[in-house]
Order: sequence, then structure tokens, then C-alpha cells
Amino acid sequence: MSNTLILLIVLGLGVFGFFAGRSRAMATVGGDRRLLHSLPNYYGANVALNTIVPAVIVLFTWSIVQPMVINGAVSGMINQDRIAEGSSLGLVMSDVRRVAEGLDVAVAQGVMTPDMASDIRAESSNVREQLAQVGVPLGSGVTSETLQAAQSYRAMAGTGNLLKTLVVLLVSAAGLALSWRLITRDYRARNVVEKGIMIVLIGAASIAILTTVGIVLSLIFNTYEFFKLYPVTDFFFGTNWSPSFSGRGQSSELGILPLLWGTLYISFIALLVAVPIGLFAAIYLSEYASKSVRAIAKPMLEVLAGIPTIVYGLFALLTVGPMLVEVFGDGGLLGVNWMSGGTAVMTAGLVMGMMLIPFVSSLSDDIINAVPQAMRDGSLGLGATHSETVRQVIIPAALPGIVGAILLAASRAIGETMIVVLGAGAAARLSLNPFDAMTTVTAKIVSQLTGDSDFSSPVALVAFALGITLFVVTLGLNIFALYIVRKYREQYE
Amino acid sequence: MKDMIPVDRKMSTMQDSKISARGVQVYYGDTHAIKDVDVEIADKTVTAFIGPSGCGKSTFLRCINRMNDTIDSARVMGDILIDNEDIYDPKVDPVQLRAKVGMVFQKPNPFPKSIYDNVAYGPKIHGLARNKADLDEIVEKSLRKAALWDEAKDRLDAPGTGLSGGQQQRLCIARAIATAPEVLLMDEPCSALDPIATAQVEELIDELRQSFSVVIVTHSMQQAARVSQRTAFFHLGNLVEYDDTDKIFTNPQDPRTESYISGRIG
Ligand SMILES: Nc1ncnc2c1ncn2[C@@H]1O[C@H](COP(=O)(O)OP(=O)(O)OP(=O)(O)O)[C@@H](O)[C@H]1O
Ligand SMILES: [Mg+2]
Repeated sequence: MSNTLILLIVLGLGVFGFFAGRSRAMATVGGDRRLLHSLPNYYGANVALNTIVPAVIVLFTWSIVQPMVINGAVSGMINQDRIAEGSSLGLVMSDVRRVAEGLDVAVAQGVMTPDMASDIRAESSNVREQLAQVGVPLGSGVTSETLQAAQSYRAMAGTGNLLKTLVVLLVSAAGLALSWRLITRDYRARNVVEKGIMIVLIGAASIAILTTVGIVLSLIFNTYEFFKLYPVTDFFFGTNWSPSFSGRGQSSELGILPLLWGTLYISFIALLVAVPIGLFAAIYLSEYASKSVRAIAKPMLEVLAGIPTIVYGLFALLTVGPMLVEVFGDGGLLGVNWMSGGTAVMTAGLVMGMMLIPFVSSLSDDIINAVPQAMRDGSLGLGATHSETVRQVIIPAALPGIVGAILLAASRAIGETMIVVLGAGAAARLSLNPFDAMTTVTAKIVSQLTGDSDFSSPVALVAFALGITLFVVTLGLNIFALYIVRKYREQYE
Repeated sequence: MKDMIPVDRKMSTMQDSKISARGVQVYYGDTHAIKDVDVEIADKTVTAFIGPSGCGKSTFLRCINRMNDTIDSARVMGDILIDNEDIYDPKVDPVQLRAKVGMVFQKPNPFPKSIYDNVAYGPKIHGLARNKADLDEIVEKSLRKAALWDEAKDRLDAPGTGLSGGQQQRLCIARAIATAPEVLLMDEPCSALDPIATAQVEELIDELRQSFSVVIVTHSMQQAARVSQRTAFFHLGNLVEYDDTDKIFTNPQDPRTESYISGRIG
């Protein structure tokens, strides 16, 4: 049975449990709800929670653990010596899983009978062709070893799934029966439900946290692999970025400095555009604009924030880049020849700045609005003009929050990819000229991993080292920003 | 002698009227908060506004320095003249008006700046000090008048928001008088103060009377009787009675005034 179906059955049991619990509670007091400790719905909810929550927890844990266990068992079957030159256990295992999936599909479409799928032998028939018929293409012919491994993979998965279904439904039914039996008129269903809800909430929070931890761990693990192949100092202090994909990438130079420089340079230009414009727009909107202007202008700015960054990238590539070349390029309006192509730090920086304007303005607008009206009254009441009030009272009062907004915008700029790919080019370069093409950490992560990447060569693994460096930088900025924003909040509460 | 004083006061009030309001109406959207109020406020006197909560005292006070301009829904009609000049005339700059008519708000609202900068704010904006020493002197004098100097002199660089509620209120008073206004509007300036500070602020009000005209909103009958020469009683947006303070408290003409000051309504 598929997980969705199991989940639906468990939910159905839960709904049934709700009504069963409710009516049992009512029955214990002969229909007089005042005699119950809690409202009847709490008895129902209690049964429903007991039916659903443990069963769902078992279901998810099982679904995560089962493939791991099977993987372990099946890889034990594969003879280490038989792994072809240039391949690895991981690649063989992914072949095995693919064949197993293919067999599943074939059975589901009726091309093979279940028996055929488990007995078929690589020697006697062309499995690759048969699977291609049902739309599962395989890269190479299927060896008998792979096929056998795939077949036992399928067999184990089948037993596992059956067991899973049984156990989950059993847990669900047991939860239903037990909690239903516990109901008496004095049973404190309300308190139990309260606890149950707390557990559900804690569960949600832990999933969010565990995901983060998982991401960080995978980054750290792969970065460690990378540093086994490539010296740490060369990575952090190397001024040259030239990955070489031939010869398993051993002759690559993978210095992060040109990429970090590109990242910081582009982000700097972006902030130079976004901070003044965004801030002034926010001041206008929150302090000067009439209600009707604000009602139109604010949503319009926020629409700007909703445009996907790839669209900004196209704008950079097709409009801003050529325009800049017309001004700063060879034979351009200024007669200088600073810019040779449309892709440049300036192009990406300007467009990224435009992308960040609504980000800065809408956060700053909220922060300026949070400055109490009493501050404005105090200043105006002393005979200050509107702009004096803004400059000397509102902005200083809102400054920590505005700095927080700017730092958050900065961490977005650092993490931005699409605009860079399309607007700044792909050349890693340490240069001061803002009209040169450069590239950033994120853009390089993408290019290291696109195509057929082999995750055992430094050329691909470097992406994780880049990723974790970026992660640390933006995390630091975010923590700093949050710290400042929080400090600001304390002032008026 | 005792009988002489009210007469004397009456004379002085009649001599020169600083603020004169005629037919003032204020609406907040559809709420009619001030209904056709006429009032003459004399120079160099203290005028008290009393009345039950929500009767429009603050609203009327805010009309006098056009602070109601900052509330979108507020509409003010009628004439208010200061020194015979209509302050709602389009020619009048509300910014200059507010420099002349200072205000202490009902809730203390120090800026998130140092105590020194809070007091120096007005003088700096209006260029009242020639140099730093001048400014220091203005700050000290204002803080002394507001009875805050002793508590604040060692922490002038500390943020004004870090003071206690009563200290903040006195800081706001210091801030208002540092600008040297001609009229000072005070909205319940003593509501957060202890009796000692209250006495000091009342002393200050009495002193200010030498040069300014002061309008004070208060919920304390005793305070109104102690500091003011004229008292106006507001009720539900109407100015019910306006007369010499002694007369209001000893011989009110309107039954509503009598009930209020004897504690029966309010
Ligand atoms: N900003 C505003 N928007 C709408 N209505 C307001 C506003 N300010 C005051 N009001 C209304 O105007 C009326 C008068 O309010 P005002 O603040 O002048 O009363 P008050 O006499 O100062 O009362 P208190 O003694 O409690 O300070 C009240 O009914 C109040 O609800
Ligand atoms: Mg008031």
C-alpha cells in the first residue's frame, strides 16, 4: 500500500475515533454534558489524536529507515571486485535502484508478471530493452549481478512495505481502542488534548530545525571530503579560479578569493543602489504620502518584490547590459572604452539593486511606522519642520531597525544567483573595474554542479566548500541583523 | 486686601488677550469633539482647563498650536487668534507657530536621545544658542526650572528614555521651556509626578507666568485652584463655564460645574 493510502486510512480512523470518543463520553453521563470534566469535543479530539499521531510518527520513521536498511543489505551482496574501473559502489547502487524501479513499472503496466519480474535472468533476456519499452531508459546493459541485486531489493522492499502497512494500522487501531476505553466522566480529556497539541507543535518545530541541521551536516560532510582532496589554504587564499574537468580535476586551481571578491563587489553596488532609493521611498511612503498615494504605491513596490529573479536576470541581459555598453563601451556616448561586453559587475549590481529596493523600502517602512506617533508630536510640537523631525528623531529612532533591514538585504544580495549568471558573466576575476565581467560564489556553485558531475572529484565537491563558506557569511550577517533588530525592539516595549 | 486680588486679576486679563478663540468646532471624522467654544486667554496668566475625561480638553489644547493638523481625521473650524493673528490663516506657518506655542503632552514622550540632546533639541533647531557654552547654559537652566537638574546632572549623556515616568515628564517640560515659547500648553503635566515634583512644577508654572501665558489641563481641582487665575470647565465638548478661578470654585454659575467640582459628575 502506498504511504498516501495508509495516511488516508489513518486519518479516516481518526475521524471515526473522534465521533466514537465523543459519543462514549456523552453516554457515560447519560447525555448531560455538564457532568463531564471536559467538553465532549475534547474526548473526541483525544481519541483522534491518539489514533493519528503515533501512527503517523511510525509511518514516517519507517519510510525513512526502511530504504537505508535495504540499501545496506543489498550493497553487502555486491562483490567489491566486480565494480568496474572508474565507477563506485554508489553508482552501482543507483543502477540497482533504477532497475528495481523499472521492474516495478513493468509489473504495474502489465508488461511483466510479478513472477517474471522476480525470476527473469540477465543471461536469458535483454532486460534493458524490456525496461526501455515501459519508458525506463538505462545507461548501460544490465549485468546479472545488478539484476539479482535489484530483484532482492524489490523483494525486501515488498516485505518491508507489507510489514509497514500492518504495523502502522495496528498502532493506529490500538491508539483508538485504548484511548476510547479510557474515557470516563472524570477523565481529564482537556488537559490531555492540551499536551497532545503541544507535542504536535514541538514536532513541527523540530522538523524545521532538523532540516537545517541536516543541510548543514551534509554540507560539512562533503566539504570535509573536498578538503581531503584539495588543500585548505589553497582554497581560502588562492587567487586563481580555473577548474579543469579533465583528468578528474587534479590540475584545477580552486581559489575562492576571486569569487568572494565578485560576490562582495556586486553586492556592494547593489546596496549602493538599493539602500538610498529604498530608504527614501520608505520615508516618503510612511511620512509624507497621503493615504491614497500610499494605498497604491505600497502594493506596487511589493509587486516588484514578487518578480522572480530570473526575470530580473533577463532584464539585465537584454536591457541594462546593452544600455551600459552604449554609454561606457567602445564608441559609446562617453567615448571611453571601459566596457567590452554587456555582462559586467555593474550590470548585475544595478539590476540586483533594483530587485532589493522593495525589500529595503518595505522593511524600513514598517520600522518607521513603528516609531510612536508621540515622537513625531514631540518634535513637531517644539516647532521642528517635517524633514527635521524625520532626520533628527524618526531616523535615529528607527536606525537600528533600518540597519537590520539593510543587512538582511545584503545577505539576499550575497545569495542571489540568477541575476549574476545572466548579468555578470562567468569569468572569475580579481579586478577593480566595475565594467569587467566577474562571477560570484553562487553562480559558480551552479556551474560546478550542472552537467554530469562526478561527486568524487574536487571540481564538483568544491561546490560544497563554496556553499558552506557562503552559508557562514550570510548566517553571520543574519545573526548580526537579528541582534540589531532585537535591540531596537526593546526600546519601545 | 484679599478682595483686591481678583479685581486686580480681572483687570489684567481684560487688558490684553493673548489667545482668543471664536466659534471653534472640532470633528474627528463624524465625532463632534469640540462644540462652538469661545474663549479669551489672557497674557501672563495661568488658565486651567478642567472637565471629565473625554470632554475635549486635550483636543482644544491641541488646536491652539495646530497639533491637530497631524491627525488626518481631525477638522478644525472657527477662528483662533494669537496676538490678533488668525493661526489657521493659510499664510501662517504652523512650524513657526509651534515654536511660539510650546506644548507638554499628556503622555511623556522623550526622544530616544540623551537627556542633554532632548533638552537641546529645540534650541538647536531654532538657533537659540550662539555656542556650546550658551547651549549648556540653556540646558542647565531648563532642567533646573523643571526640577530635574539634581537628578540628571550626572547623567546628561544617558538616554532620556531610561528615566522614570515622572522624570520623563519633567524632561519634556524642560524640553518645552528650553525653546522659550510665548505660550506654554501643558496637558496634565503632573499626572505622573509625586507631590514634591508636583510642587516644583507648580512653582515653575507660577514663575513662567511672569513672562508667558500658560494653559494647563488638570484633573486635580486643588491644582487648578492653586496655580491658575482663570478656569474653564468643559463638558461633552462644550465650554460650560469660564471665569476667574476663585469664582468657579466658590460660586459656580452652572449646575454642571457645581456638580463636577463637588465630585458628583466626572
Ligand atoms: N485622534 C482621535 N481620533 C478620533 N477621536 C478622538 C481622537 N482624539 C480624541 N478623540 C475623541 O475626542 C473626544 C475628546 O478627547 P480628548 O482627548 O480631547 O479628551 P480629554 O478631555 O483630553 O480627556 P482626558 O481627560 O481623558 O485626557 C473623545 O471623545 C475622544 O474619543
Ligand atoms: Mg486629555
